[in-house]
Amino acid sequence: MNATHMLAPLFSIFLACAAQADDLRLPAGAPPAFQSECGACHLAFPPRLLAAEDWRRVMAGLDRHYGDNASLDAPTRRAIEAYLVENAGKPRKLGPGGTAAPGEAPRLTATAWFKRKHHEVPPASWRHAEVRSPANCAACHKQAASGSYREREIVMPGGRRWQD
Amino acid sequence: MKALIPVLIGLFAVTAQAATPNEILAGYRAEAAKSNPRYQSSAELGAQLYTHPFGVSAKMPSCSSCHSDDPARGGSHVVTGKAIQPLAPAANAERFSDLAKVEKWFRRNCGEVLGRECSAAEKADFISFVMRGR
Repeated sequence: MNATHMLAPLFSIFLACAAQADDLRLPAGAPPAFQSECGACHLAFPPRLLAAEDWRRVMAGLDRHYGDNASLDAPTRRAIEAYLVENAGKPRKLGPGGTAAPGEAPRLTATAWFKRKHHEVPPASWRHAEVRSPANCAACHKQAASGSYREREIVMPGGRRWQD
Repeated sequence: MKALIPVLIGLFAVTAQAATPNEILAGYRAEAAKSNPRYQSSAELGAQLYTHPFGVSAKMPSCSSCHSDDPARGGSHVVTGKAIQPLAPAANAERFSDLAKVEKWFRRNCGEVLGRECSAAEKADFISFVMRGR
């Protein structure tokens, strides 16, 4: 067995990991209300972007949801929370930051993982009128609605393609 | 998943109350007429309601803050930036076709923008306006 043959399995593992990082399709089993409620005002965020404990905190404070009243009836709230918790991200992977100061709601844009992924984005881009909020994934990730976050799909505000 | 599809369609049929914008408008008109028999819906009053800066919420003072000045055009959520499809049924056939959905959004957005529920008369005026256009 030569070196190429030995490396091939390793390479496919690498490819699988690389693919996973930009594939944030929604896991199966989302209650219909996940799109129609959460997805009405913002992208129906991939559950993996916050840890289970943080999702529980978000869902416990829907009457004060980042400045909006996003209250749901109890069965709908429970169904969405169960889906988010079941598919939540691993705290080890997300790193600190998602859980904000006590009394503040967690933000999926504040995790160490999110910040690392976006550290090259200039401050002006975040403030751009087409973006408005770092939680507006689809402003730059043009296929975010279908869960695809490939680098080649990124279009920065003003129409510039993303380049390393 | 395939087995789920008939179940999902069934659920949809039960929850969605298919209606036309005119039917929904007529319902609110009738409700408004109960307290004021001389009530007539007014697209003009609806237009004022749509652009009036209530200022209850600093970020979204009026309906037009998110829905743009023209209901036939889309808008975008002032906080999240998410694109909002046009409100006008002429531009977006999904609008005002499901009473439960219409009620949900009036309840939520009137609370947000006006700081209270909207009356049946206001809802009828509003729908008259988005159906007529600017």
